[in-house]
Amino acid sequence: MVRLATRIGGLTLANPVMPASGTFGPELAEVMDLNRLGALVTKSVTPEARLGNALPRLAETENGLLNSIGIPGKGLAHFTAKAMPEWRRFRVPLVVSLSAPSVAEFARAAAVLAATPGVAAIEANISCPNLEEDGRAFAMLPDSAAAAVAAIRAASALPLWVKLSPNTADIAAVARACEAAGAEALVVANTILGLAIDIETARPKLGASMGGFSGPAFKPIALRLVWQCAQAVGIPIIGVGGISTAEDAVEFMMAGASAVQVGTASFVQPTAMLDVLDGLAAFCARRGITDVAQLVGMALPARERLAAE
Amino acid sequence: MDTAPSGFAIAQHACPVLESAPVGQRYHRLVVAAPGLAVRTRPGQFCHLLCRDAGGNGPYLRRPMSIWRIGTDGTLGFLLHVKGRGTAALARLRPGDALDVVGPLGVGFSLPPGARRVLVLARGVGLATLAPLNALPVAVHAVLSARAPEDLMAAEFGASSFEAVFDSDGSSAPAAVEALLRRRFERERPDAVFTCGSNRLFLLLQRLAAEYGIPGQVALEQQMGCGLGMCFCCVRDIRDDAGQVTHQRVCREGPVFDLQRAMSW
Repeated sequence: MVRLATRIGGLTLANPVMPASGTFGPELAEVMDLNRLGALVTKSVTPEARLGNALPRLAETENGLLNSIGIPGKGLAHFTAKAMPEWRRFRVPLVVSLSAPSVAEFARAAAVLAATPGVAAIEANISCPNLEEDGRAFAMLPDSAAAAVAAIRAASALPLWVKLSPNTADIAAVARACEAAGAEALVVANTILGLAIDIETARPKLGASMGGFSGPAFKPIALRLVWQCAQAVGIPIIGVGGISTAEDAVEFMMAGASAVQVGTASFVQPTAMLDVLDGLAAFCARRGITDVAQLVGMALPARERLAAE
Repeated sequence: MDTAPSGFAIAQHACPVLESAPVGQRYHRLVVAAPGLAVRTRPGQFCHLLCRDAGGNGPYLRRPMSIWRIGTDGTLGFLLHVKGRGTAALARLRPGDALDVVGPLGVGFSLPPGARRVLVLARGVGLATLAPLNALPVAVHAVLSARAPEDLMAAEFGASSFEAVFDSDGSSAPAAVEALLRRRFERERPDAVFTCGSNRLFLLLQRLAAEYGIPGQVALEQQMGCGLGMCFCCVRDIRDDAGQVTHQRVCREGPVFDLQRAMSW
């Protein structure tokens, strides 16, 4: 038997496999047993209701896709009153992804989540535009990222995961700033900005023009970001970006991720997360690895990181 | 809810292809063995197909496909308009190849209580979505609209009672179809109406059904990501109970919507 239990800061997960925010909902319980996962991660909740972006919201590429969904949702009050009872049916820790347009709104919403039974952790989606900074994403710069993280930290005692964006010049600096501001773990990384054009109409394929690129073609970039962050911080990293198979998950863990999220792959193979989980255990068994945590950072040049855990 | 042997309502199935053949110039029929799936599939539901030929070539994402035939012998049929990479890959499948199917998905058609006679109005391959209504215990009269007689696929629709209208002779013009429907509603008023395949015909049927007080439903199409309700890619404008316009997921709240609540697309 391979030990799969995974510690992410103060939270212990039964295994290191969970969904990526935005690609998952309770609907998947009609296809598979969600209680087999390490954690559940909601779509981003926003303080106010949002309609989302203009259609089309999806543009397929070779081995990946661009999306500009635009975080549609009914807002935080609806989430705590109506969505949470449904989430509480599951036994697995629930991580609520939180997005907000300002530091103060992040803090207010985090305080509400802290007072909501059944929320195991907050995943701060700081890739959303900061209305106080001309719409630049919080995650673009260390200072704005840290400001959001510090505000959430002060407003809530819940474990705080911070999801970083690839759309930054220096992800290691952003990672360090988030760690210093109180992040308990980093989720690396969100989608990378991309574009697709319909050459018949000479218009962008997405209604919102630009969109976030994800899927297998994005994997090498996400893996590199995990590798860089793992060498910059001491807190756990949750790897995400293009993971479809157990082999992909092993790569992310060897690059320094303690756990992984599976997103776009679930659109193609609805039970992809279970395939990743079963394959991960099989890989460890085949290699004589008794604890999945032994994989974490195996490929990093600085092995000190392993000793620190 | 009905569940597969796995215990889950929706499952991924590797279905052996039994038939794969072109229909006319632009369409293709695929029949697969899907015993566990066919018994749980209701008219109007759809499947999410992995569009890969035997060599594995095809687009990355699945494609939603309405179910054309629900066989009592455990088969499912799909009638495709071959127009892109996904449908081209499906058309390359041969008997014995496997088709990867996730389903059954979405909310299908429902008949008003006591309905005995229904009218369906289909454009092009939209008739594939409506064809399973023929298996329900009601008399179906169909009005089928196509570009030209060679595109009609009346046999594929399978209704014993139908009228055809064509672009090629002008009989599919909205005014002509309106006159045809009015005659029908006045002589043999249907208990419900159903449509799929054309925004123009949808608007016409919506207006006439409201005027005559006949309930109805429309099956909508939309680009999809997950097909399960998770990604919110496939929303359309639909009026809610209070008449407010809301975004609803074609994959989850649909693909069949109330005729009067759906909106032009």
